[in-house]
Amino acid sequence: MDTKEKALNIRLSILKMLTKAGSGHTGGSMDLADIFAVLYFKHLNYNIDNQYDEDRDRVVLSIGHTAPVLYATLAEAGFFPKEELLTLRDFGSRLQGHPSKDFNLPGVETSAGSLGQGLSIALGMALAAKMDNKKHRIYCIMGDGELQEGSVWEAAMAAAHHKPDNLCAVVDRNRLQIDGDTENVMSLEPLNAKWKSFGWYVIDIDGHNHNQIDAAFSKAKLIKDKPVLVIANTVMGKGVKSIENNCKWHGKVPDKQQLYSFIEELYKQYCVS
Amino acid sequence: MREFINRGNKATKTGFGEGVRNAAAVNDKVIGIGADITASVGMNIFSEAFPERFVSLGIAEQNCIAVAAGMALSNKIPVFSTYGVFAAHRACDQIRISVCYNNLHVIIGGAHAGVSVGPDGATHQALEDIAMMRVLPRMTVISPCDATQTMIATEKAILECVGPVYLRFGREPRPDFTDVNQDFVIGKGQILKEGKDICIIATGHEVWESILAAQRLENEGRSVMVVNIHTIKPLDEQLLLEIADRFSTVFTVEEHQIISGLGGAVAEFFSENHPVRVVRIGMNDTFGESGQPEELMHHFKLDADGIYEKIVSSTL
Repeated sequence: MDTKEKALNIRLSILKMLTKAGSGHTGGSMDLADIFAVLYFKHLNYNIDNQYDEDRDRVVLSIGHTAPVLYATLAEAGFFPKEELLTLRDFGSRLQGHPSKDFNLPGVETSAGSLGQGLSIALGMALAAKMDNKKHRIYCIMGDGELQEGSVWEAAMAAAHHKPDNLCAVVDRNRLQIDGDTENVMSLEPLNAKWKSFGWYVIDIDGHNHNQIDAAFSKAKLIKDKPVLVIANTVMGKGVKSIENNCKWHGKVPDKQQLYSFIEELYKQYCVS
Repeated sequence: MREFINRGNKATKTGFGEGVRNAAAVNDKVIGIGADITASVGMNIFSEAFPERFVSLGIAEQNCIAVAAGMALSNKIPVFSTYGVFAAHRACDQIRISVCYNNLHVIIGGAHAGVSVGPDGATHQALEDIAMMRVLPRMTVISPCDATQTMIATEKAILECVGPVYLRFGREPRPDFTDVNQDFVIGKGQILKEGKDICIIATGHEVWESILAAQRLENEGRSVMVVNIHTIKPLDEQLLLEIADRFSTVFTVEEHQIISGLGGAVAEFFSENHPVRVVRIGMNDTFGESGQPEELMHHFKLDADGIYEKIVSSTL
C-alpha cells in the first residue's frame, strides 16, 4: 500500500472541500494527513460494508475542528463517495463543520468539537473492550493545544491507572494554536516527560515520516499493560509552504486561485519524493 | 382523605443504589462508574453486588461522564453517580456534547438534591441541577419522591429509557410511603390525592411535605389535589391540561430554585397552552447554608408549614 499516494489524495481532498465550503480549519487538517494515511491504510481494522462491526478498531477524533482530514480519509477508504466531500459545512450535509453522530456519516465514531473529551471517550471504549475480552484497538487523535484542557489529564491519569493496552493516543504536536506558539500561549513542555510520569508508554516521532508513523503504531500493539501515546511532531499545514507553520491558517481556507497553486505544489512535491 | 403511611424514613439514595443493583441483575450491560463518593451516593449497593462491573475513576467528574459516553458507544449501559452539583455543573459540557449530542443512553445520578443535605452547606446542595439538565436536548429528567419510587424509577430509567437520563435524589432519610407495586411510568404524573379547591404539583422530597400541608388545609375545610410530577422532562402535558381546566391557581413545590425547575417548566407550559396562575414554591434565587435538614427545610419555607402558609397567603 502506497501510503504516500493516500496522503496526497487526502490533502487534495482537504483543500478542495475547504475551498468549496468557504470556511473551516486548514492547518491542523493538512498536517494530520500522513498519520491518517498510515493509520487507515496500514493499521486499522474496519469493515466498510458493516461500519458497526463490533470487532472494528475505533478512531476517536478529539479535535473535531480537523474534521476535513477524517472525512477525506473516510472517503478515500470507501466509506462514502468522494463527491460528498464537497458538501462539507452545507445545510443538511452529513459532513458537519465538526463531526456529528446525528448525521450518520459512515465511519464517524463520535461527535466532537468541544476540546478535551475524546481521550475520555476512547478510554471508555477501551475499558468496555477489555470487559468483553475484545481484541480491537482504540485510537484517539488529539491536538497539542487541546492538552491545555484539564479534563485531558483526568483521562491521562485514569488510563494509566486502568492500564488499557488497547488504547493508543496520538498528539498532533504542531506547536501552534490560534494565539500563536503553544509555548508562549501556555507551555506544554516537557510533554514527553509529563505523559511518561503519568504512566504512559510514550513514542516520539516525526509525524510526516511514514516509516516512523508505521513503526510507532506497530510498536504500540506490542506494549502490554500500558496505554501508548505517540507524540507526532508535525508542521502545521504540511504540504503547502505558504500555509506551513502559519497560525493564521488555523481557521482560514484557500480561495480558488490559491487552491490551483496549492494543488500544483502538492503534486510537484509528490513527484519529487 | 386517603391516608399516606410512612413505612419508616429511608434515603432516596438507597433507593437509587437498589435500583441500579436490580437493573444490573437482569441486564449484564449495566456498568457502574464511581467518582470516590460511592457509598454516599448509594452506589455501594451496586458495587458490592457486582464488583467486576464497577469502574472507579476518582474525583474527576468530567472524565467520568465522557468515559461513560465511550462505554455507551460500545454497547454498555453506564450509570454514573456523584453529587448533583458536581454532575450537573462541573461536567455539564461533557454531558452536553459527549452524552446528549451523541444521544447516548447514559444514566446520571444526581445525589444530594436540595437543602435537606443539611450541614455540608451551600456548596453541596444541588439547587440548580434540574435547570441545567432539563435545558439540554434529549435529556430525560426524573425526580422521584421517596426511596421506593427512586428504586423503581432507577430500574426503569436504566432498562426502559432511551437516550440520556438525569435522575436526582436526596441524602437524608425521608418518609418512604409509595407502594412498591405502584403504577409508575416515566413521563406520567401521579395524582396522589384528588381535590377541588387547590392544586399542589410537587416533586422529590416536597411531595411528602405537600401531602402534610394538604392534610392541614383539608382539616380547615379546603379540598386539595396533590400531584407528584416525578418526571420533569418530558412533562406530563396531558395531565397539566386537565389541571388547567379545573384550577385557576396552581402551586408548584420543589427543593430547587423556582427559576427553571419544576415551577419554571410548569409555568412555561401553562403560559403557552392554557394560562393559569402558577405560584412557585422553592428556593427563591438564593444559596442554601449549613444547618440540620429539618431546620433548613423550615427556614427556606420548604416544609409543610411553609407550603401551607404560602398557599393560605396566596389564596386569601
